[in-house]
Amino acid sequence: MSTTSTTTAEIVARCQALFDDLHFTYAREWKAAVPGRIVVGYMPFYVPRELIHAAGGLPLGVLGGGDQLEVIQGDAYYQSYICRIPRSTIELGLTNRLDFVDVMLFPSICDVIRNLSGMWKIMFPKVKSRYFDVPQNYCDDVGGEFYIHELNELRDLLAEASGRPVSDDALRASIALYNENRALVREVYAFRARQPWQAPSAEVYLLMRAGLIVAVEEHNRMLREYLTAAAAEQRPRRDNSRVVVTGAFCEQPPLNLIKSIELAGCYIVDDDFMLVNRWERSDIPLEGDPITNLAAAYLHNSNHTSAKYEPDPEKKGLYLVEAVKRSRAEGVIFASPSFCDPALLERPMLQRVLAAHDIPFIAFKYAENSGQMQPIREQAGTFADSIKLWSNP
Amino acid sequence: MTNRDAPQVIKDSSMLKQKEMIAGNYAKLEAAPATGQKVVSTFVPGNLNELIMCFDMLNNLPEINALQNGMRKRTGAYIMEAEKRGHSEDVCTYVKADLGMIAKGNLGPDGQKLPDPDLLLLSYTGCFTFMKWFELLRDHYKCETAMLHVPYQGDGKITPNMIAYVVKQLKEEVIPKLEKISGVKFDIDRLREYLARSARAEEDLVWVLETAKSKPSPIDAYFGGVYYIGPIFTAFRGTEDAVEYYRLLRTEITERLARGQGPVTPTGELTEERYRLVVEGPPNWTSFRDFWKMFYEEGAVVVASTYSKVGGLYDLGFRHDPARPLESLAEYCLGCYTNRNLPSRIDLIERYMHEYQADGLVINSIKSCNSFSAGQLLVLREIERRTGKPGAFIESDLVDPRYFSPANIKNRLESYFQMIDQRRAGSRAARAA
Repeated sequence: MSTTSTTTAEIVARCQALFDDLHFTYAREWKAAVPGRIVVGYMPFYVPRELIHAAGGLPLGVLGGGDQLEVIQGDAYYQSYICRIPRSTIELGLTNRLDFVDVMLFPSICDVIRNLSGMWKIMFPKVKSRYFDVPQNYCDDVGGEFYIHELNELRDLLAEASGRPVSDDALRASIALYNENRALVREVYAFRARQPWQAPSAEVYLLMRAGLIVAVEEHNRMLREYLTAAAAEQRPRRDNSRVVVTGAFCEQPPLNLIKSIELAGCYIVDDDFMLVNRWERSDIPLEGDPITNLAAAYLHNSNHTSAKYEPDPEKKGLYLVEAVKRSRAEGVIFASPSFCDPALLERPMLQRVLAAHDIPFIAFKYAENSGQMQPIREQAGTFADSIKLWSNP
Repeated sequence: MTNRDAPQVIKDSSMLKQKEMIAGNYAKLEAAPATGQKVVSTFVPGNLNELIMCFDMLNNLPEINALQNGMRKRTGAYIMEAEKRGHSEDVCTYVKADLGMIAKGNLGPDGQKLPDPDLLLLSYTGCFTFMKWFELLRDHYKCETAMLHVPYQGDGKITPNMIAYVVKQLKEEVIPKLEKISGVKFDIDRLREYLARSARAEEDLVWVLETAKSKPSPIDAYFGGVYYIGPIFTAFRGTEDAVEYYRLLRTEITERLARGQGPVTPTGELTEERYRLVVEGPPNWTSFRDFWKMFYEEGAVVVASTYSKVGGLYDLGFRHDPARPLESLAEYCLGCYTNRNLPSRIDLIERYMHEYQADGLVINSIKSCNSFSAGQLLVLREIERRTGKPGAFIESDLVDPRYFSPANIKNRLESYFQMIDQRRAGSRAARAA
């Protein structure tokens, strides 16, 4: 049914409600609606959601508890020098908020998430949990072969959980749906880069976050509606600086932090929040063997992030320069979670590349439950002013 | 205490042998620009020393440089230098100690300049930080690189797919790069010969570590253990020197065992074994002697440790196998301690608790090392639950002196030893009743 009259406010309100709901009512109801459905939770940043969908499952992004969840039990499992997302994820588990999840996937992000996969096996033995490894070697006959095996093992696990085999045809159909989803996501990002005043970052963030909660078919509808509604509304244009935000691919910043950056005078024109929505940079082919196609897309056509190895030293960090150029940004904000090894170890290398390209940058750290936004606002505001005052016209 | 009053440290033949080996390797590294010998920088867990030797190349290990500098109290300044240059206070201090050392002239632990590597060989095992460390070094040195991605044992087992993947990388990525840089053609028989030597040394190492099952234990498997693993974890596995070192060590420990002696400490032999402990996690290097003293002064002996398995886990039966050279290297890389999932790590510690008749588990949680540390509080709970033995949790760092708080650690350990005493008294009372 066409809902072209839906306003951005209505869409955003729906996304906000999904975002706020740490009992995951949508996923519970989705699962209960049809017998035999499964819900597959996954941590950031990447899992092949097409496989989950083809197995009749709902992929559910588990991105910690944000600033809404009081972490009590989760803190008892982690030392003070470990980031926040694993402790709030454990809190979600121990408070039965994830008790409907059939399978939990822990992608290859860092040592903390890797070890959490083993903790989950011990703490929640009834859940099928799996560390999902991806190759750091990108040759088809080396890393590709390894990854095809990994994908097939995941396929078997999902078939076991759902009680039905995952056919090639079902997988092709799922790939087609996710191709459509990624194309729409890219369109939203391109729209925001063209007219950031028409698509505030907090709205885009919530819209993308909804994509990790609702079924892909529904998310595709939401994205279409948003594009139509956002283009139709006229919003005031501010004299903001245009920035790319990077480093936030795993533990997410509080929504207020994203709002604060924009309120401080920066339009976010690109970011790496929830990379899974844009992991493959163009369509995955539908012809041929779908598992091989998924593997090839990972090896040759996926986004860059600090948890991935860059084999070519000449290309190190250039993805960020390209993001700046593509989105016509004027600077980069490194916003990384405290104690995030991949983001913080990567940062000096990226900063060197940006400096070589005369791209200004600032850096700060956050936690998913950071409450004090004044320092962020001051830093981002000063950065925006400095861009306006000192950058070349 | 003045130097005159300090007890004289008695050096066994094996200690002297190891000292000579380490000094010799640093001397070769420092002479490399003059001799023209090619240098590989690589990491300890999953290192491919036998393969490197097939190409007549020298092995330089940044972690070892960092820990050696830590023991010489130099890393504090190096870490601060790296932080001044933009490296976060939150990240691994091995990395920052290495980068700070490079920034300050790249002088090795013996004060001589270390050579730039000809090849960075990343055998990426059990720790993500290695990958970024390696990229940071590549960014600095601009030299040739070879990457070996070793998959993680997420389900607690090594699969044929994992072995095939590692072997293929060895054949298609690592060996061709080593041939190209060294100009030496790969000879698999030479590799077999080195692997056979590795297996001999591994046999003796396991024998030595397992003597700690005796009461009293003739060794300390953590503070002493870090010396015992030195040659086999670093630039010497596969050499005749390593075979000789472990033969000497085995002979010495055989004698100690026969005489019913306790372990050697920096102040002499430990004569009364009051507590038998298993330790999880790496030691602190900047205050290594002080840390050790907190244990031996109380009569505490570490009978098994997980850190002594980080560069290879041999006591479950793995040996490098000359009959399957590349597969064997792959299995070695895949089997290192931190490449095992958390349930496997807990099972191993539980096994140590029983087999070594330990009184408890001490976890030294290292701020820098998420690979070890993330999940250790669950490890503690599980071990206490499964064994009924008390655990202690202390925090420090590898090479950052700012994170070693001696008073806090000593207090915790003293309370812990009292707790063990109380449990023992309780058990005796229960038996008598």
